[in-house]
Amino acid sequence: MAHEATMSPLAHADDHGGEHHHETPNVFGFWLYLMTDCVLFGSIFAAFAVLRNQYAGGPSGKELFDLTNVGIETAILLFSSITYGFASLNALAKNKTMVLVWLAVTFVLGASFVGLEVNEFTSMIAEGNGPDRSAFLSAFFTLVGTHGLHVTCGLIWMVVLMVQMMGPQDLSERMMNKLACLSLFWHFLDIVWICVFSFVYLAGVM
Amino acid sequence: MKKLWRYLPALPALMLSGCTVDLLQPRGPVAEMNRDVMVAEFVIMMLVVVPTCVATLYFAWKYRASNKEAEYLPTWDHSTAIEYVIWGVPAILIAFLGAISWWSTHAYDPYRPLQTDDNVKPLNVQVVSLDWKWLFIYPDLGIATINQLDVPTNTPLDFQITSDSVMTSFFIPRLGSMIYAMPGQQTQLHLIASAPGDYLGEASQFSGRGFSDMKFRTLAMDPAQFNDWVEKVKSGSENLDDTTYPKYAAPQEAAPVQYFAHVQPDLFDGIVAKYNNGMVVDKTTGKVMHMQSVLNAAPSDTGMKE
Amino acid sequence: MLGKLSFSAIPLDVPILVGTFLGVAVIGLAVLGAVTYYGKWGYLWREWLTTVDHKRLAVMYVILAIVMLFRGFADAIMMRTQLALAYNGNPGYLPPHHYDQVFSAHGTIMIFFMAMAFMTGLMNLVVPLQIGARDVAFPFLNSLSFYMTLVGALLINISLFIGEFAQCGWLVYPPLSEMQFSPGVGVDYYIWAVQISGVGTLLTGVNFFTTIVKMRAPGMGWMQMPVFTWTAFCTTVLIMVSFPVLTVTLALLSLDRYLGMHFFTNDAGGNVMLYLSMIWTWGHPEVYILVIPAFGVFSEVTATFSQKPLFGYKTMVYATCSIMVLSFVVWVHHFFTMGAGANVNTFFGIMTMIIAVPTGVKIFNWLFTMYKGRVEFTAPMYWTLGFMITFSIGGMTGVMMAMPAADWILHNSLFLIAHFHNVIIGGVYFGYIAGMGFWFPKAFGFKLNEAWGKRAFWCWFVGFYLAFVPLYILGLEGMTRRMNHYDNPDWYPWMLVAEAGAIVIACGIVCQLTQLYVSIRDRNLPENLDLTGDPWNGRTLEWSISSPPPAYNFAVIPDIHGLDTFHTEKQLGLKAHGKPLAPIHMPKNTSAGVFIGLFSFILGFASIWYIWWLAAIGLIGIVATMILRSANRDVDYYVPVSEIEHNEEVYSRRIAAAQAAE
Repeated sequence: MAHEATMSPLAHADDHGGEHHHETPNVFGFWLYLMTDCVLFGSIFAAFAVLRNQYAGGPSGKELFDLTNVGIETAILLFSSITYGFASLNALAKNKTMVLVWLAVTFVLGASFVGLEVNEFTSMIAEGNGPDRSAFLSAFFTLVGTHGLHVTCGLIWMVVLMVQMMGPQDLSERMMNKLACLSLFWHFLDIVWICVFSFVYLAGVM
Repeated sequence: MKKLWRYLPALPALMLSGCTVDLLQPRGPVAEMNRDVMVAEFVIMMLVVVPTCVATLYFAWKYRASNKEAEYLPTWDHSTAIEYVIWGVPAILIAFLGAISWWSTHAYDPYRPLQTDDNVKPLNVQVVSLDWKWLFIYPDLGIATINQLDVPTNTPLDFQITSDSVMTSFFIPRLGSMIYAMPGQQTQLHLIASAPGDYLGEASQFSGRGFSDMKFRTLAMDPAQFNDWVEKVKSGSENLDDTTYPKYAAPQEAAPVQYFAHVQPDLFDGIVAKYNNGMVVDKTTGKVMHMQSVLNAAPSDTGMKE
Repeated sequence: MLGKLSFSAIPLDVPILVGTFLGVAVIGLAVLGAVTYYGKWGYLWREWLTTVDHKRLAVMYVILAIVMLFRGFADAIMMRTQLALAYNGNPGYLPPHHYDQVFSAHGTIMIFFMAMAFMTGLMNLVVPLQIGARDVAFPFLNSLSFYMTLVGALLINISLFIGEFAQCGWLVYPPLSEMQFSPGVGVDYYIWAVQISGVGTLLTGVNFFTTIVKMRAPGMGWMQMPVFTWTAFCTTVLIMVSFPVLTVTLALLSLDRYLGMHFFTNDAGGNVMLYLSMIWTWGHPEVYILVIPAFGVFSEVTATFSQKPLFGYKTMVYATCSIMVLSFVVWVHHFFTMGAGANVNTFFGIMTMIIAVPTGVKIFNWLFTMYKGRVEFTAPMYWTLGFMITFSIGGMTGVMMAMPAADWILHNSLFLIAHFHNVIIGGVYFGYIAGMGFWFPKAFGFKLNEAWGKRAFWCWFVGFYLAFVPLYILGLEGMTRRMNHYDNPDWYPWMLVAEAGAIVIACGIVCQLTQLYVSIRDRNLPENLDLTGDPWNGRTLEWSISSPPPAYNFAVIPDIHGLDTFHTEKQLGLKAHGKPLAPIHMPKNTSAGVFIGLFSFILGFASIWYIWWLAAIGLIGIVATMILRSANRDVDYYVPVSEIEHNEEVYSRRIAAAQAAE
């Protein structure tokens, strides 16, 4: 998962070569990266689709999934997208304090999402239904876990940006770019989660 | 010594004479089709490739910079007529080859049962790829062999193929098409041997350290001789069942030929079911059935994790 | 503490490896000693290792590719020698355990670390220059990509001396590559080497796509882009779409191996067919990732040396794009023998054949570029002509195998091996070498020696046919790939011929080395120096600036009015843009790439050997370096006008000197 974080420091290319190109390539480049990430998730979804009925005598999604828990996770993550949106709006208004406040709220929401997911995973593993139980569970843990790992990376990135924002970078052009990239990343993870929720959890229970 | 060079061009022909070029000397209808399709493609493609190569050399030579005689059009870079031809000709050829492809892939689909003119009853053979040998079970005859496949000529051969180790590929070049052997899967292949002979059989997908010796002889013989052979195998004493199977399935390089006078009837299904949580698809009914094979209980020597 | 690593992992009992190690150690120490002796460490670090200049990264990529070519070729000649010996009971000199590593490493190295590195190097050198850009969109990422590739190459080569490499082929098909059948560290070396370099490649894809989309000189629309840039563009698209699939496929395999999951295992519902489908979803586009830029090179070379514009530029672009799209709908042709239904097989067979149409069109386009031109027989042109013939034959055998009914007997045979070497040597390698000869003066300011270049070509050309025509025949004789020994007397003579071919190719490589040596030695001879920056009477923007170009490439970004603007203006005698010079904003060099590379290496090596504390250090190091880098505000500088003026003046004087000499 090294690559998404490598994107953050590239903001230095800002207006490099800017005499003749007025838009910055950073956000565009990051968006491209997200498209490759989309292919990455697509591949894992494909693997999940192939293996979703391979229970190997183990439990199926119906027996394992607790929709209430997942529903709460979904609500939290969707809400965190909204709070990130507030942070973005405040950044445009150059209101640094409110940006920090909203980012902090987003962080807490994201962290609770990850916490709930870890909790779900540990209880499944404790009951002997870990990823080594069956191909279905391997695919389940990998798909959901990859998303969770992305969210975790987003959280680390968020902390880094908050600290940097409090330092000399302030709400500079470069910081605005970084915030825009993280924003894309965060909303993208939301969309991926909606797919996870529908194709893994809902379809698994129904 | 100098004179010898004169014979150099004949060397390839010399090297090929007396050789068996397996894929060009088929001994069954499937292999004949494989060859015909391959040769037809070669010829059709040559219709383009040869002129292209000749033109490449000719143009390069004719329009060499030192040849000031040749016409020079320093800005000419487009011709609609030429573009039609260079898109059109390959497209037509490929359309033609595509049609051959459609026909041959459907007509000789390895899964499609074959028939002989006189409607001979097909011989069922169950093939199990092991580390690094081939197990052939003749379910209707109740016998089995390792690393030797005896078949009657002019009889449809219905192969059911699986693996009890890694993935590999079952191939008898002179009889035609190959198909993968995969653990937990049953693939099918239909071949006919049209002439008696001793043909090379091999694993064509790399499968580990003993791969190079994972060969078997395919002995095609006329049906009467085949029946004699079956009787001979049946008179042996070795049995292949749940208890003896793990011994034979253990990894072994350059395994010798082995005959089994008696085979447990559901052995093949058990091998497939082992990797499918006890489930196996019955070939005749197409239904999923549950196997209570002891293979599940006995840890096989191939190192299956339980 | 050291995981699986112990002293016994070092293969002291294998003389070949001990000898190789000593050789590598002696050469390595000699290089390091020379750098120290001449006091060049500071220069090396400041100007090369920490550089973000695309031209220098290009040079480093190509050097890496050439070193990897030696390694990959050493593997090749070892295999050929083994098969020339191991006949009729003779076990040869490489036991299966060693031999299986050799063929696995040969494929992996040649594709990922020779061809990919070479391709990325050419793209790095040429693309920004052709589109009139000062650098790529993300110069730091470009440096990072290089180090990721380098780390992958290092890991794979370290497996020679510590532990072992994979023994299941260059695509490590499970279940053979699963823990159950390959419990050693070989497959883990493969996974980490390819994963790390794959991340680098993915970043390169994003980087160059952004560069081409966003940084073209004003006036350069899509249909004014040079063909090589077009091919680079298509390649970046392929990279972005296919490499994530490779990442996932190998990640799933490593989850099987490290965490006992069941994606591709025999038991608990794993599915081998899933792996085959996924790996080839990446694998087939990968072939085009390699060959499409080579097509770009041939287009530039043919047009320049025929002294004519490329015939059918638009057709060429459309053909390239259609190949790009089609390459995603053909992957099943790698396993027609898996037992898919006839309709599925037919679909993928016909799709594969359709690719022959745009590919054929390209060949004809080059043909008609030469038609009524003035063809100059330079070494790059030799490689191009050799390519057109060799690739036509390779394409033909490719179409043969695209037909399922023929593939059912040719699959996995030496015929297949001959086919893809036919297109990869005849297409990819010939193309890259043509490109290297073509753009070498741009990178270094002097030309490569023509005579040795042509000798190299003849050795490669003849050696190729000697080495691979026998393999076609052996395939028809039913010999499969990856065999370690055999008893069939019909096969033996052909194996000897193939061995001879490999030796002739070895002579070709020696010629290429000699070419480099002679060229560097004679670099200051007037006929070799490239003073004008335009040694071939070129057509595209890279020839409009000095050789080697200044760090910022273009003193003034040119305006583009059409295809081959530079050539048109040259013909019309137009000169100088007369735009005022302004300070140029450039990125500063950075060591962040080196450190992230170093920590990735630690992460990879530690994970291969299950040394988890060390792996954690590697991971934390990567993240920490990235955070530090993102906090660094001292990342750019301005080139003052005085410096630009000075450079321009030097360049004008060199042009004047060159004109005076004529």
